[in-house]
Amino acid sequence: MYGNISVSDEPKNYEMVEENPQLLAEFEAKIDRGEKIEPHDWMPAEYRRQLIRMIEQHAHSEIIGALPEGTWITRAPGFRRKMALMAKVQDEVGHGQLLYSAAETLGKSREEMINDLLSGKSKYSNVFNYPAETWADTAVIAWLIDAGAIINQVTNSKGSYGPYCRALDRICAEESFHLKYGYDNVVTLATGTDVQRQMVQDALNRWWQPIMHFHGPPDKVSVHTDKLVRWKVKMATNDEMRQEFLDTYVPKIWELGLTVPDPNLHKNEKTGIWEFTEPDWDEFFRVIKGDGPCNKERLAVRKKAEENGRWVRAALARPSAKYTVPLS
Amino acid sequence: MDKGHTITIYSNQLSAALKAFLYRIADDQMVIAHRNSEWTGLGPILEEDIAFSSIAQDKMGHSHAVYSILHEHFGEADPDTIAFTRDEKDFTCCHLVELPIGDYSFSLVRHLLFDLAEQLRFEMLENSSFEPLAKLARKVKGEIKYHVFHAVTWITQLGAKGNEESKARVQSALNETFPLALGIFEPGDGDEELKVASIFEGEDVLQKKWLEAVTSILNEAGLTLPSLNDVEPVYGGRKGYHTEYLQPMLTEMTEVFRIDASAEW
Repeated sequence: MYGNISVSDEPKNYEMVEENPQLLAEFEAKIDRGEKIEPHDWMPAEYRRQLIRMIEQHAHSEIIGALPEGTWITRAPGFRRKMALMAKVQDEVGHGQLLYSAAETLGKSREEMINDLLSGKSKYSNVFNYPAETWADTAVIAWLIDAGAIINQVTNSKGSYGPYCRALDRICAEESFHLKYGYDNVVTLATGTDVQRQMVQDALNRWWQPIMHFHGPPDKVSVHTDKLVRWKVKMATNDEMRQEFLDTYVPKIWELGLTVPDPNLHKNEKTGIWEFTEPDWDEFFRVIKGDGPCNKERLAVRKKAEENGRWVRAALARPSAKYTVPLS
Repeated sequence: MDKGHTITIYSNQLSAALKAFLYRIADDQMVIAHRNSEWTGLGPILEEDIAFSSIAQDKMGHSHAVYSILHEHFGEADPDTIAFTRDEKDFTCCHLVELPIGDYSFSLVRHLLFDLAEQLRFEMLENSSFEPLAKLARKVKGEIKYHVFHAVTWITQLGAKGNEESKARVQSALNETFPLALGIFEPGDGDEELKVASIFEGEDVLQKKWLEAVTSILNEAGLTLPSLNDVEPVYGGRKGYHTEYLQPMLTEMTEVFRIDASAEW
């Protein structure tokens, strides 16, 4: 599951590399023809850097995202839900594995990426810094956060980098099952007992702001160069993806008799655009910088797992083995 | 053999023995599945998160299948009710499966010792005169084979093919876990009846096969199984006496279900 962080993490002293104009022209012509860029093709340094950043953040989001839902595997009510949730969270970890492999084709090893995650240098989706307080939160996450992620991922799967696109195709196929699972879970609660109904409404209220944050800041404040669009790294704007999400899922939420905690949310029939109260973007940036309800806990869990598993990895390491960039 | 037929030919005594036997199998599977699932997100490498989760899903499925046999052939409650509403003392799992995941070396050794016993048990059950169980044994055989394959690969990798630390950790986990693993084979009250009715040959026969198999695997892996004479098997689980870890596990497991056990979840 991954939304869009869209926060520039440019090092202050970063300078764009002057690229060979001919190679750059050939590269851009290839993208214009709709062809994919493969690992051993020539690519601008900035393209490589941005893709590593994006795929890596996506991979981290998958494995950190396994934590809030993972804590509910042991509490899932009944065999059916327990087995489905196990399979879902396992899928998410598998997506992490797949994405680290895709990013590795660009020359950064999984180990380096995980180290950057643990040191806080590399980000993950903000949404996972919020707690899953009740069982109903897991239902809302599996339905609406995964739905948001699918919109983002289907869009990005049409991008220009071959290995990332192929990973996303597979991920989207699995995510669509998560969405069905989440929806089924929400429907069960929303049509269940009063207690269940209240649980799911409360969860939706808690998650609405993170959901509105999910696709990243509004286009007017989001930092993006035209180049990323030109190179098909960035395939749709944050606002476009958010609109698509609202258009598809708000009617479904209302259909279940649930309410959205924003009295201003409505579709402007003239423009076809959903209008809403802007979520608190200061909070979004605070959470990204590490000051969210669960940032410390999430990284602490991950660090502990890394620490506990160190002896296993050391036993697998072969001193003679040399790191090579995988082909695709 | 249809299900009506199955029940009518069994005496009350045999029926009780078979029920108890099925509960032991299913409780072991359900509890170890729950424990293995606790590795999700925390494995030493991502591939192990995924593997432990896969194995947990299979085992959860197996326990569901055995609880379903109890429900369909013996009129016991449905699987959710059985698993999510019974008291701790009504569980008859062995202590081995109850323990928290601990260090990866413990979880791995438990995985090998338990799954190997499981594989051999189901091999024996393929010929059971109780057809529903024989049928299930044939069905899950393929899955259990992969569980054992996974465990053996890792034990060898961290044993003979590992480094000094990994070998020491796995050996130490083995020493600690062996008496608990012997608890898998704790004799049950109705074992003799099951043997006579050709339902199951007996825990003693299974233990013997298991000891042979596990010794050979560990030899290959450069590890040593403690001598049977030096250890006291950890019994009690089959009689409903459990470690301090089972109740908290069940409390956590049933937390949501208990909000309203009659509701659809």
